[in-house]
Amino acid sequence: MIRHLISAGDLSLDEALLILDTADELDQIAERPVKKLPTLRGRTVVNLFFEDSTRTRISFEAAAKRLSADVINFSAKGSSVAKGESLKDTALTLQAMGADAVVIRHGASGAPHRLAGWVRGSVVNAGDGAHEHPTQALLDAFTMRRRLGRLEGLRVSIVGDVLHSRVARSNVLLLSTLGAEVTLVAPPTLLPVAVGSWPCSVGYDLDAALPKADVVMMLRVQQERMNAAYFPTVREYSRRYGLDASRMALLPEHGIVMHPGPMNRGVEIAAEVADSVRSTIVEQVANGVSVRMAVLYLLLGGSGAQA
Amino acid sequence: MTGTWLIRGARPLGREPADVLIADGVITEIGAGLDHAGAQRVDAGGLILLPGLVDLHTHLREPGREDAETVLTGTAAAALGGFTAVHAMANTDPVADTAGVVEQIWRLGRQAGRCDVQPVGAVTAGLGGSRLAELGAMADSAARVRVFSDDGRCVHDAVLMRRALEYVRAFGGVIAQHAQEPRLTDGAQVNEGEISGRLGLTGWPAVAEEAIVARDCLLAAHVGSALHVCHVSTAGSVDIIRSAKAKGWQVTAEVTPHHLLLTEDLCAGYDPVFKVNPPLRTAEDVAALRAGLADGTIDCVATDHAPHPLEDKETEWVAAAFGMTGLETALRVVHEALVDPGLLDWAGVADRMSARPAAIGRLTGHGRLLAGAPANLVLYDPAPREAVDPAAHASRSRNTPFAGMVLPGRVLATFLRGEPTVIDGKLAR
Repeated sequence: MIRHLISAGDLSLDEALLILDTADELDQIAERPVKKLPTLRGRTVVNLFFEDSTRTRISFEAAAKRLSADVINFSAKGSSVAKGESLKDTALTLQAMGADAVVIRHGASGAPHRLAGWVRGSVVNAGDGAHEHPTQALLDAFTMRRRLGRLEGLRVSIVGDVLHSRVARSNVLLLSTLGAEVTLVAPPTLLPVAVGSWPCSVGYDLDAALPKADVVMMLRVQQERMNAAYFPTVREYSRRYGLDASRMALLPEHGIVMHPGPMNRGVEIAAEVADSVRSTIVEQVANGVSVRMAVLYLLLGGSGAQA
Repeated sequence: MTGTWLIRGARPLGREPADVLIADGVITEIGAGLDHAGAQRVDAGGLILLPGLVDLHTHLREPGREDAETVLTGTAAAALGGFTAVHAMANTDPVADTAGVVEQIWRLGRQAGRCDVQPVGAVTAGLGGSRLAELGAMADSAARVRVFSDDGRCVHDAVLMRRALEYVRAFGGVIAQHAQEPRLTDGAQVNEGEISGRLGLTGWPAVAEEAIVARDCLLAAHVGSALHVCHVSTAGSVDIIRSAKAKGWQVTAEVTPHHLLLTEDLCAGYDPVFKVNPPLRTAEDVAALRAGLADGTIDCVATDHAPHPLEDKETEWVAAAFGMTGLETALRVVHEALVDPGLLDWAGVADRMSARPAAIGRLTGHGRLLAGAPANLVLYDPAPREAVDPAAHASRSRNTPFAGMVLPGRVLATFLRGEPTVIDGKLAR
């Protein structure tokens, strides 16, 4: 198994399937009255969050605690980081405290790469800038497999701000490894100029993509894009790329709707779509804990046997 | 005035071995079998003899960022790299935008005595991009400034650029433009393309350079003035400059050693030692830049030596400073990128790294290897191949992208007006 999880592209097909299969087994624990395994007893997992993300931090925290690891939450706000401490000094501090794994969320693309050069423990990327969010892609794949029974040959449309989306990058890499067929759908302004080199196809027309999609994944539109000429108005964006009930009807009968959250209801996704039976949004959150348990278990588990 | 030196058996411009006699700071004779009683001898068999190198683009950081570099350490690095003159860029603190600041930098260079320091003046006051600095006062000062640049920032206002180009014609000056359309490069980090998309870093598109290069060539032609394009980094810019030159316009251009050898894929590990502005580009761009330098479209190599302390590079990519050191590796990189592949011979290297930059910078005492010229020389051993060791560099900063890379050659001696500043590969004093 790899030592760090920084990019979804680091995972081979076997490694990705091992994580998903392990998550399946660990998921059964959530059904038990005592939701805890002793696997990572005595190991320390640090949640190092430089951006506010309550949902991701709680998900990692729950995952580590269910494996009996000691969890330290290190939030950049109110810490020495706010006083100007460098990422390197923060890393050396965590190293000195004996962190076995550092889960990092950072606004700068590549921050987990830098961290991995400065600490001995495993680094798990919980989202870095516009780069990647590999555990989100894993939980998305896990959710698709649960709902639709397979990943090989699955047709997945990812819709919206691909240019700035770490979720889209990780999903494209992981889903192509797993044999799914990914189509990105967005206005041309919100696609990277060299998107043609990515292992997926690209389209501009959501209505044309939906009838062929087993899965449609809606990406959040960030507020700051709305004033930078990426599209004329929110209303026009919503009209062309938003998923409402009439558009959802274009999906095949078994088609599901995903969203990594947090949603802008009424912008990229209509409320009745978000709350429909096709929506997996709440399941995604629940599955996130099992998938993150699997990641921590596999990254730390090997040497954990000696602890 | 100074000692007498006899350099024996070196190959001037890579040609047949000859002896060179230096007295009173001047090359007195070049020929076979020279002798002179009392001369200090340098056995230079197998070495290449070139005119001392001239850099049009150096950041010496003094005044203001003496933690990164000083005139003393920067000129030590220059001498060790074979340079006898460097043009010190204006983005110091305070900015070199008045006669007082440029004279201070010029005097620091004279005191250091390791190579000529020719200050570059800012085009706009405080590099602010809104009104012209006192260009004439800097030109008339003891520093005799002829090259003006807001380097690090683009003079993007078309009217201001036009006026600057026109104004400096009164004293034979040239505007050296950092070509970067600011709106197209807001927050830009790496070349826009496959790498920027994959890494999730904001792209720096080639068009943002080319649009300004094209506009400025047209402006220079319209007002009949001289334009110099700093650190050309794209194949498209090379094409634009080639066509401007074909029309007879007064356009010159430089390329950095790093843009001649390194490509954008080095950024994939997010190590900011590879973060530079303009960014590292594609292999196609590198090939076009080499071809442009070889055919003379690009006039010269300029280092854009940009020292930064460790703490400004040991960070997340977006937080890190732009820039790379280059003085101590420039000649070796050009050897690797152009001489070894057969694109340029040593006479061509002398032209692109000494004669042409001296001409663009309006320096009369540099760039010539002939009897009667000031003895500004470099002796270069082309034979060794060694890994670049940043710890051995004289620059105060260590941000070389070539660390650990095996490059050919070694500078063994540098003479500034007949006095060695480097001898046996070490600083003479």
